[in-house]
Amino acid sequence: MTTRLQRTAREESLLINMGPSHPAMHGTIRIMLELDGETIIDSEVEIGYLHRGFEKTCENKTWFSLLPYTDRLNYVSPLINNLGYALTMEKMMGVEAPERAQFIRVIMSEVSRLSDHLTCLAAMAMECGAFTVFLYNMKAREFLWDVIEWTTGARMTASYIRIGGVRADLHPDFRSHLKKAGEETRRVLKDVRGLLDNNPIFLGRTRGIAPISAETAVSYGWTGPCLRSTGISYDVRKAHPYCAYDRLDFEVPVGDRGDNFDRYQVRMKEMEQSLRIIEQAASLMPAGPTAIDPGWSEGREIEPAEAISGSRTRKRRERIRLSPNLEGSDKIRYPGILAAAAGRVIPPKEDVYTTIEGLISHFKFFMTGHGIRPPKGEAYFSVEGGNGELGFYIVSDGTDKPYRLHLRAPCFHIVSALEDLIRGRFLADVIPTFGSLNMIGGELDR
Amino acid sequence: MEDGTILTELKDRFPGLVLEASAPLGDPTAVIEKNGLVEIARFLRAEPQGFGLLLDLTCVDFRGERPRFELVYHFYSLARRSRLRIKARTGEEEAWVDSLTPLWKNAAWLEREVFDMFGIRFQGHPDLRRILMYDGFDGHPLRKDYPLRRRQPRLPVRE
Repeated sequence: MTTRLQRTAREESLLINMGPSHPAMHGTIRIMLELDGETIIDSEVEIGYLHRGFEKTCENKTWFSLLPYTDRLNYVSPLINNLGYALTMEKMMGVEAPERAQFIRVIMSEVSRLSDHLTCLAAMAMECGAFTVFLYNMKAREFLWDVIEWTTGARMTASYIRIGGVRADLHPDFRSHLKKAGEETRRVLKDVRGLLDNNPIFLGRTRGIAPISAETAVSYGWTGPCLRSTGISYDVRKAHPYCAYDRLDFEVPVGDRGDNFDRYQVRMKEMEQSLRIIEQAASLMPAGPTAIDPGWSEGREIEPAEAISGSRTRKRRERIRLSPNLEGSDKIRYPGILAAAAGRVIPPKEDVYTTIEGLISHFKFFMTGHGIRPPKGEAYFSVEGGNGELGFYIVSDGTDKPYRLHLRAPCFHIVSALEDLIRGRFLADVIPTFGSLNMIGGELDR
Repeated sequence: MEDGTILTELKDRFPGLVLEASAPLGDPTAVIEKNGLVEIARFLRAEPQGFGLLLDLTCVDFRGERPRFELVYHFYSLARRSRLRIKARTGEEEAWVDSLTPLWKNAAWLEREVFDMFGIRFQGHPDLRRILMYDGFDGHPLRKDYPLRRRQPRLPVRE
């Protein structure tokens, strides 16, 4: 089978492949280029190298157990994917997460957005030769990932934001980690601005390169920072606020030319706004329930095995050591982090271990054919992902598995414009242009 | 009630083509005849309706029902700040609809994906071929009659 470009290319032009395993192709994408000297006459983008059948897999998983698959869509900001899925399900079932969980969600999505933008700009700058920027950004990202790790127990594939709330409450030292990460990120942003904003090499490769007009961007279905770089101020967090975004004060930075440099600038400014959001959310967040439930005797914690054997004869009052569960996942924290929706959230482990009702509800939650069963119908909900509007379209037939689950991947629309963006430009312009689009294979190919 | 008005507008303007208009869970949705797709899309895209963004296109396979496939379009209007879902059914034998590529540029890839995953043809698409799967892939994976773990035939080594 010949590709389109092989059929249409002129006899005298040079055809070269960039990717799928090219260092600047961020994993898995192939761009076939028809060159005249160094000028790109035409190109063809081939995607699908990272296709894992996400949507098909989800149709064969229960509503609860498909959550980890959403982590692996945009693997640079997995928590935003969790959030998109959780909110769509909550919309379908009419469940609302508690206030504290809403703020935790906002903080975690902004931390993820920061790490997403940092990674994108790190790769873009490195490919333009600015390796220092790459190292600085990675350093800041480590501090942000520390926050994620202390909260969720994982660095990337966290599966932390659940239907009805979040997996566990915050770590006692959360605020100090968050403060440290914020300070480090601010410092890095300042350093990166110093390194790139007036850097003639970086400017030469980004300013005025691959501009896109607002009309074309809209026609390509662009959203997110790439659309905003053309001057259109569309941000899902502002246009259709979810969680606690309507109570937070932030701006939506826009560019005007829609070129590579504007895409860089919009991301830089957005990171500053994300830091603002995090600080506000951390101060507005309501306190969680106290760590020691007054109904329980203080001090001693007992092992689950002891609780199980003891519960056969009398009701236990001691706290149960929930190792290896995450800190903050005990029952008394539930009102702060999970909606009171029986059958839709996991029952607390203390009840599962010691009461027959808890055990039954645990089994009912995980047994095939039971568990979460949203009413028949369909829903679309979107959140502002690192790349733009990340939407889930879900069709339920009333069973424990999705009938259809479709992801609106922001990257898909953005990358579909790549052929137009690089037409008529130099071969070297492909690198910063592609870098500024922030293609994420997991999300693009699903 | 911005969302309500676009549905009434659609119903008034295309009485024969709009079969159903409702807003389940607050998402305005119109079910239309597939013959009217391009006409309705052009109307929605034009001012003052201003649904300039083709947010998403996907398909749902209702196996056993007639017509079998349901195409789901999501449009967004930046001025109104509202979404609109348009659904059109198409049968298995006549699994085709008109392409929206003349109106939206991202329709080219979106329609290729639906063709790849469901085998629905888009009339007027300039380059309708697989996008996520490879050439030589047998079948359409998101159809309900495609088994989850089906094996694919081996392909000869490419020249």
